[in-house]
Amino acid sequence: MSALVARALRKSYGATEVVSGIDLSVEPGECFGLLGPNGAGKTTTLKLCLGLIEPDGGEIELLGEPVPRRAREARARVGVVPQFDNLDPDFTVEENLVVYGRYFRIPESHIRQRIPGLLEFAGLAGRGDSRIAALSGGMKRRLTLARALVNDPQLVFMDEPTTGLDPQARHLIWERLRRLTQEGKTLVLTTHFMEEAERLCGRLAIMDSGRIITQGSPRALIAEHIEPQVLEVHGPGYESWMERAKSLAPRVERVGDTVYCYGDDVEPLLKGISGDLSYLHRPASLEDVFLKLTGRDLRD
Amino acid sequence: MLVWRKLIAAAVLSNLADPLIMLFGLGYGLGALLPSVEGMSYIAFFAAGQLCTATMFTASFESMFSGFSRMHGQKTWDAILYAPLKIDDIVVGEIMWAASKAWLTGSTILGVVVVFGLASSPWVLLALPAAFLVGLAFAAVGLIMCVLARGWDFFSFYMTLVMTPMMMISGVFFPAEQLPAPLLAVAKALPLYHGVQIVRPLVAGGPPVDFWLHAGVLLAYAAAGFALAIYFARRRFSS
Repeated sequence: MSALVARALRKSYGATEVVSGIDLSVEPGECFGLLGPNGAGKTTTLKLCLGLIEPDGGEIELLGEPVPRRAREARARVGVVPQFDNLDPDFTVEENLVVYGRYFRIPESHIRQRIPGLLEFAGLAGRGDSRIAALSGGMKRRLTLARALVNDPQLVFMDEPTTGLDPQARHLIWERLRRLTQEGKTLVLTTHFMEEAERLCGRLAIMDSGRIITQGSPRALIAEHIEPQVLEVHGPGYESWMERAKSLAPRVERVGDTVYCYGDDVEPLLKGISGDLSYLHRPASLEDVFLKLTGRDLRD
Repeated sequence: MLVWRKLIAAAVLSNLADPLIMLFGLGYGLGALLPSVEGMSYIAFFAAGQLCTATMFTASFESMFSGFSRMHGQKTWDAILYAPLKIDDIVVGEIMWAASKAWLTGSTILGVVVVFGLASSPWVLLALPAAFLVGLAFAAVGLIMCVLARGWDFFSFYMTLVMTPMMMISGVFFPAEQLPAPLLAVAKALPLYHGVQIVRPLVAGGPPVDFWLHAGVLLAYAAAGFALAIYFARRRFSS
């Protein structure tokens, strides 16, 4: 049984169709990523899957329960880490966990037993009595993650889990998330942060304008959609260099003041770089796939 | 409850100090000048009205301001919705909480009334459930304002254009019967008047007249408040 299934999901707000026929399925124990530019419909899709909003068409099944009909039963075994922390500033760290656990009808004694484990997981051991205002951004995020685990969920939804965190905090959270998948929990996350998607997700889907435009493992997507190597060049005189590059590389693009050359082997191009041109030679990444498929225009 | 324990000092001060200061200031001050009103000393007359008014303000402020702070500022309601709860549950919880807190205010003022000898008979104890009913009605209406609000300024309209005038015409400071007929009719369509009509006779030492009419109006406001708050909250949280 899949952990989460959505079939032909549709949702409109007024005249705009925000989700236009989404099919996705997440297997138990996998880490699934939902990527897309702003306005693609990722957060709406998450809210539909949680049963917080009603779809205009299609079906959803979360942990075997039809949503939204039995959304509350499904949510009893789900944890959610939102994009922006919504911890209660009137409570301490420990109180936040206790109060939240009560919403799941977990007996308070049971919650208190789990708290040391949750705090240790979040790297907040010994901080049970701290006020929320005294926590750093990274600590608040970790507490929000711990809170999402208070009911020992089978599936955890995360909306941009490490946005705005410094690298240390980010790596700590990634390590914790990997621990969760090792424990058999299913993770569904949205992110803009390609490195995160590549590191964490076994499979991902790229959404744009309410549709899923491609799905697969990060490696498979890179292999399928993009050339293996990239050379970025910018600086004075890049236009003339670009003309010469076009005959050497299978695909050359100019974006703003930078030239991107894609190919199986772009090393030959390096020889032609001289003068004040700066360059970056790197393997193709998920971000290249993303930008190729969703374009480089700003999405306001 | 947990939140309340933490904020108790400020809460007690704001919810009780104001009405008690008004009660003693106006009550003794004006009371010395005025003859008895409707068979009671002015301070007793006024205290009965103040009990209802203070309950009204506590219920309204809690459901509007604290509710909005949790719903909009802290996004606490969003967090609660991830758990197996519906928006209806949150609305009912917030209303019951605001009503309970308002009841605490009303009961304390009742305690002051009794301790200062302003009420003579055991009838006054029935003001306790009456205060809860008043608190419930205003908590429910206040929560409608909360779920409709887009910003903090929204509440000023309700407070200035509804609550303050209502307080003036509902028989709190002077008998409502002194008002011109159209204003009295407006007062009778609003809940505060009916709360006062229940509590004042109890403070005076006897049963209220037309009790079921007055209780009925308060219950109707509470029921409509619950229904509309849930309706608007569902709309707000499904988009």
